[in-house]
Parts: sequence; C-alpha cells; structure tokens
Amino acid sequence: MEDVFQDRIIKKSDDYIINMGPQHPSTHGVLRLELCLQGETIKYIIPHCGYIHRGIEKMCEKDTYQQLIHLTDRFDYLSAHINNEAVCLAVENALGIEVPERVKYIRTILAELNRLASHQLWWCAFGMDLGALTTFFYGLRDREPILDIFEESFGSRLIHSFNCPGGLMNDIHPNFQKRIKDFIKYFRKKIPEYDHLLTDNIIFMNRSKGIGVLSKEDAISYGVTGPSGRGSGFMCDVRKHHPYSAYPKVDFKEILYTEGDTFARYKVRIGEMWESMNILEQLVDNIPSGDYTAKMKPIIKLPAGDYFQRVETARGELGVYIISDGNKTPYRIKFRSPNLSNLFIINKIASGYKIADLVAINGSLDLVIPDIDR
Amino acid sequence: MNNEELKEKINGWVSGVEFPENKQYLEAIVPAESLHKLAKLLKDTSDTSFDYLFCLSGVDYGKQFGVVYHLESTTLKHSLVLKVKTDNRINPVFDTVCDIWRTAEWHEREVFDFFGIKFNNHPDLRRIFLDDNWVGFPLRKDYKDDFIIER
Repeated sequence: MEDVFQDRIIKKSDDYIINMGPQHPSTHGVLRLELCLQGETIKYIIPHCGYIHRGIEKMCEKDTYQQLIHLTDRFDYLSAHINNEAVCLAVENALGIEVPERVKYIRTILAELNRLASHQLWWCAFGMDLGALTTFFYGLRDREPILDIFEESFGSRLIHSFNCPGGLMNDIHPNFQKRIKDFIKYFRKKIPEYDHLLTDNIIFMNRSKGIGVLSKEDAISYGVTGPSGRGSGFMCDVRKHHPYSAYPKVDFKEILYTEGDTFARYKVRIGEMWESMNILEQLVDNIPSGDYTAKMKPIIKLPAGDYFQRVETARGELGVYIISDGNKTPYRIKFRSPNLSNLFIINKIASGYKIADLVAINGSLDLVIPDIDR
Repeated sequence: MNNEELKEKINGWVSGVEFPENKQYLEAIVPAESLHKLAKLLKDTSDTSFDYLFCLSGVDYGKQFGVVYHLESTTLKHSLVLKVKTDNRINPVFDTVCDIWRTAEWHEREVFDFFGIKFNNHPDLRRIFLDDNWVGFPLRKDYKDDFIIER
C-alpha cells in the first residue's frame, strides 16, 4: 500500500538546520521556515507560524456582525474588500435579505479592483524575489491609480471596510466610473510591458519553469486553491462554480494551466489580471441606480443555525462558517483561510530544490502571513 | 448524486447517522467511532468521490465538543457536511482524517491548538499558532484569562 504520509518529516539529530525567517525579506512577513540542508539542497522544510496570531476568531465571538467586519480586513489585507464581502454575504443569506442590484455590481467591481491591486503587488514582489528589481517599481507605479480610486471613494487605500451587512457604507464617488475606465485603458497597455520585462525573460524562465511542480491530485488533497491551485489544473474558482454577487451576470474565463510549476502559477495570475479587466469593463457602465444599502435593523440577530459562505479572494477560497445561537454575536465563527492550506504544500513541492528555488516557489504561492495566523 | 441518494448511501455504510435540517448543505451527524470508515468510503467510492475538504472547524457546543467537516466533490460537484460530537470534555478524542485529505493535518493541529481536541493517529499533533507552553485552549467557552476584558 502506498504510504499517504510519504512527505512526513523524520528529524535526525545530525541534520543541518537553518532558519529562514521570521525576518527574512522573501517570506513576505513573519513566517519562519525551518530548513534542513545538505549543501545548498533542501531536505525538508518545517513551516512555523503564529508570529502574528491575534485571535481574531475569539475576538469575533464578542463582536456584533457590524463590528466584526472591521476585523476581517486584517487577515488578508490585500483582499480586504473580498473578506468583508464574505461575512456580509453570510449574514445576508442567513437573514434572507436581497441586497439591491446596485450593491451587487459595486461589490463585484471592488472585488475585481482589489484582485488586480493584489496581483500587481504580487507581480512586483515576485520579480524582486528573483532579482528583477525593476518590476517592483513598475508594479507599484501601476497599483497607485487603483489605490487612488479606493481613496477617493472610501477614504482609505488598503483596508477600507466599505461593506456592511445589507450593502455598502456609502455611495460611490461621482468620478468612480470614469477613473476605472481610465485605469483600464492605461493598464491594458502596461501588461504587455510586464510580459516584455519579466515573462519572456530567459533568466526568469530558467528560474521558474519546471520548478516546484504540484500535481492536480496533491492540489486537491492539500486544498491548494486560488491561482496556485489553478496552475495545477484544479478547477477551484468559486466565482465560476458557486457564483455570488454579480458574477452570474458576467462572462469570464477561468484561467487554467496544467503544468503545475512556478511558471504556470505565474501565468495564471497574469491571465487573471486580463480577466479582471474584462469583468470590470462589463460592469462599470451598467451599474444600476438605486439604494446603496438594503433596509436593515440596527441590531442584527441571526436565527440559530449554521451558515457557510465561500468567496474567491486573490489567493484562493475563503470560507466563513458562522454558528449562531440567535444572539447578536456569533457563537462561533471560523475563517477558512486560503493561505493556511497553500503554505503547507511547501515541504512537498520545494524539497530537493536549492534555497534560491525555495524563494521562487514561496513567491509563486503568494502568501500573506496574517491570513495564515489570523 | 442528490441529497436523498447520498443519505441512502451513507445509511447503507454506517448505522446511527442523523440528518438534521440544514438549508444549505446536506448535514450528517456521524458517531465518532465510524467517522474514519465513512470518510474513507466517501472519498474512495466513485459515485460519491468527495475529494476536497474545504473546511474543518472545531466547535465547543457547551456540553459537547465537535468537529465539522465540509466536503465537496470536484468532479461530481456535490457537497456534504459531516459532524462528530463527543460528551467527553476532559479528554476529547476523534480519529484523524489527514490520511484521507492531507489538508486536514494542519487544520486538525489548529483545532488541537484552540480546543484541545486530540486526533488519533495524527502524525504531528502540536500547537500550530500559540506558544508551546501556553496553558489552556483559548477557544473553549470556559477558557479564563486575566487579559480578557468582559463587556
């Protein structure tokens, strides 16, 4: 019988152990990877997390549903809007509230802008991990217009807490649509520049092709979702398979690659940037008029029961599991964070490669550490 | 496979399964001793093939501890929620499912970390987020800490 724990780590006393992190720049946060080395080759990797654990699930048990929205921003801060939306959708579905069409459209637009901004930041950091410093400036330059749109409409640039159960905190700024259209026009010219700079670069290709191969079976079994899972051919796009908000109304492709290596994960994210712009173009001119929020009672009490909501963040599938006992605070709330599952594949796919390859693989998984620790 | 067929299938495999009302997913409360057997059958049988565990949560129900498994089949697109519960609050133990769905290994470590629920045959059951010498299990409802402010 095949051993299912074939990647199980067996420590020996004479192993040569070196720590990568928790302050290593390429772990993108306070993540510690315990590496066992033989020369420069990695024998095994033990990830240690918890350096930024804040006990958000425990805190949420004391907060009302309006209050806990603001905590959800803080786990995957690059998909802050999508995290908000997940909780709002769970609460709305539990109460049986139908939000106005306008809200659905604006939420979807914001989610896609968020995804674009997140992928841009990933692109620039990934390039930098592999030694291409120019990408960092290109990426941040092009991310700035999105943050400006956020700032103009919601008053903050990164974590905006713009959702509330029932709708949005406020209406959008009059310039909102025009600025998005300007941005799309601008950014459509820029992605070919990205390809020219990094995708077609021979050094980059050698560093990423065939490195860190993840099979489809492993992706499903380990629960690797998002662009990292889709690079292995795992059809896991929640927007497509369990549509929410305005996604049923838009026409978009699920980007799939089957190679499963670092380069495939890279290509998925580049493809998703194009798709995000397609979705934005379909929605931005058609925002229906109406209220920006449904009528809600000031105190929200969910009927007793279990509620689950799945959404697609920039890094994979986020699940919100609420158990309510009929009070104004959740009895138990659990966040299924995409990054926790995505992180622990790393021993399987990076063992046997060099440390420099680990940096590439880690970058291609696009981890956000506060989302792992919560 | 629709919910009625799934119910029939599960009842054919193990006895003592309850199906409480749940609007969203089909929910099955499974006796703790038959969890591993049922999970293995659900994954390996071709017309159920639940190959994707998308959420594993520990819950403190007050008098009981429980673990909730959200399952989906990536090929057949149906979903199922399994629940196991135990009355033993001193030493709650369930069987691990991390040999069936590998992602469970770290989610079970998280459940152990927050609730103190142990998993039989787990290869590496340690705390995942908290310090190794942390006292108590913070997501239990009876957890006391001097730094928690009551409001």
